[in-house]
Amino acid sequence: MSKVVFERPDALTDAQFSYCPGCTHGIVHRLVAETLDELGIEGTTVGIAPVGCSVLAYEFFGCDMVQAAHGRAPAVATGLKRALPDNIVFAYQGDGDLASIGMAETVHAATRGERITIIFINNAIYGMTGGQLAPTSLPNQVTQTSPFGRNVDNDGFPIRVVEMLSTLDGVALAQRVTVDTPKNVRAAKRAIKKAFEYQIDGVGYTIIEVVSTCPTNWGLSPVDALQWMRDNMLPYYPLGVYKDVKADGFANVAEAAAARAAALAAGNAPASEGGEA
Amino acid sequence: MTEKVLMKGNEALAEAAIRAGCRFFFGYPITPQTELAAYMSKRMGKAGGVYLQAESEIAAINMVYGASAAGKRAMTSSSSPGISLKGEGISYMAGADLPGVIINVQRGGPGLGGIQPSQSDYFQATRATGHGDFHLIVLAPSTVQEMTDYVYRAFDLADEYRMPVMILADGMLGQMMEPVVLPEPKAEFPAKPWAVTGHRGERPHNIVNSLYLAPERLEETNIERFERYARIKATEQLAEEYLVDDADIVVVAFGASSRIARSAINKAREQGIKAGLIRPITLWPFPADVISAAADRARAILTVEMNMGQMVDDVRLVVQGRIPVEFFGRAGGIIPTPAETLAAIERIAASLEGGAR
Amino acid sequence: MPRIIVDGRYCKGCGLCVEVCPSTCIVLDPDTITDKGYHPAMLTDESLCTGCANCAVMCPDVAITVER
Repeated sequence: MSKVVFERPDALTDAQFSYCPGCTHGIVHRLVAETLDELGIEGTTVGIAPVGCSVLAYEFFGCDMVQAAHGRAPAVATGLKRALPDNIVFAYQGDGDLASIGMAETVHAATRGERITIIFINNAIYGMTGGQLAPTSLPNQVTQTSPFGRNVDNDGFPIRVVEMLSTLDGVALAQRVTVDTPKNVRAAKRAIKKAFEYQIDGVGYTIIEVVSTCPTNWGLSPVDALQWMRDNMLPYYPLGVYKDVKADGFANVAEAAAARAAALAAGNAPASEGGEA
Repeated sequence: MTEKVLMKGNEALAEAAIRAGCRFFFGYPITPQTELAAYMSKRMGKAGGVYLQAESEIAAINMVYGASAAGKRAMTSSSSPGISLKGEGISYMAGADLPGVIINVQRGGPGLGGIQPSQSDYFQATRATGHGDFHLIVLAPSTVQEMTDYVYRAFDLADEYRMPVMILADGMLGQMMEPVVLPEPKAEFPAKPWAVTGHRGERPHNIVNSLYLAPERLEETNIERFERYARIKATEQLAEEYLVDDADIVVVAFGASSRIARSAINKAREQGIKAGLIRPITLWPFPADVISAAADRARAILTVEMNMGQMVDDVRLVVQGRIPVEFFGRAGGIIPTPAETLAAIERIAASLEGGAR
Repeated sequence: MPRIIVDGRYCKGCGLCVEVCPSTCIVLDPDTITDKGYHPAMLTDESLCTGCANCAVMCPDVAITVER
């Protein structure tokens, strides 16, 4: 007798995703939905859809959903979580939404330690509007608004978001993953699930950065796009855990922050906060 | 409790909001409304609510959006430049049909302007808060008592009509102290079955959203919203009339300038000039009915405003050329004096054929 | 017997499943076009399928059900 060992999660609606063929958004949506199913939290979760390709996420997730202004998802999440502290609140954002227009909201929700989970899709380009330069676009990367390649003298340097956020005391978990192979997809799922578990336990702000592709705007096939990502993006954005207060032995961000402050006051060098693959 | 307490406008407004059931305040310091946020920072926690100083006025309005989506009574306050920042967020609230209360304690502008009171955000409040076809209900208090009465009412209006409501105050009202009777704490609130609270498997999922890519559907939502606005225009216009019945010259003024106008009108009456005051309390819906009726009886209208001439346009739209509509104002944060306002009334009286004397 | 079922309502013929199948038993069916105009993924030989679910794990449209 054969039985079903893999099927569509309940926390996804029946709608067909509006993403391009081979876009990694769909993989990550499924991982979030599987997490909601496995933790039994679809009924108490409110998700926030950003502006970007995933603006229509409110049609794809079965939980209550809110569409937010460009970049403001962490602020909307703050209002929601403060209003409904027993609910689970997640925001799903692209690189323009999170790291360009929304950078202030991103940093401040993180430093406040808001008990929310941010799923950050980093594909180094603005997809929805047709492929413009993103804050995470690589040096020399050709985009519609950097047609001769990103010139760091003019356009500056890409932002490594989880490294930057990991310096903030409010961050409980900051991890970078990718979804280019089944092995990495399964690891990404474990990271996403951990982030939601930390929210359930009230540990602090959690963010999972998913290095992703944009086959359409990179001008590559889905399979070639994953290879380009491996060759170019992963060296710049190394995978790993950049902050995990529970792994460091603390129950929550307040305890970790107190220990850090005490160490600084005592004149000790801060514990190294680097990535571990 | 009907005892009177002496309170500063900003603080009385904050206290009344809490009594109206507001438990979520997201703000940012800006003169001349910072006392409102400071009062909330002390009082909100004790009331079992949430006070958060947001990273910017933009973040604050988006926090209101989130708390309101969750079905809560939420408020933010700012002054002119900060309200400009909130424009997109307010448009999103309107487009998502979310209730909420926004306080603008106006200061001189444009740009960084000044910190003294003004009424130069009238256009912004009634027409241009944010992009798209939408209106806010705009209430203009003129006393500290009205600061409390109208914010209390604002939350009910916002919930009833599912839209953001603005209190358009100014620095003078925010800073002045007057005796006030605070309202009783509200005990009952309307149900919000549309709110995103987690479906718990008991209902289809709720979506709070203002995106409608199909143009026919977007037009539908606009038409439905304007049907709601039409009901509001028919039932919620509010204005005070003072000595208008026999007035030859009707002064139209709101907020702080209406207090000055009232003094000038009293002086004018002493000189035999038949002047009266229509004081709009709802700036949107504009009290067109009362002004139109006065235009059939009076011989001239004068608006007195602390700006370069904004509400005068709405009066002209209502009057439709039946009688002359003039404007007198001061800008830059200057409050007109009763004497110069009286002089403006006298100029009109002199210019009317046969005079009003 | 392990096998996959591809739902033509969702499959966009992106080819990621073809790439990750360790038994090389998935192709994009050249003889079929879905309602949306894609060549959907197709199991070529059920006897080769191990039910590893790599294809389903990679599928960005959650189009694949795996039975074992």
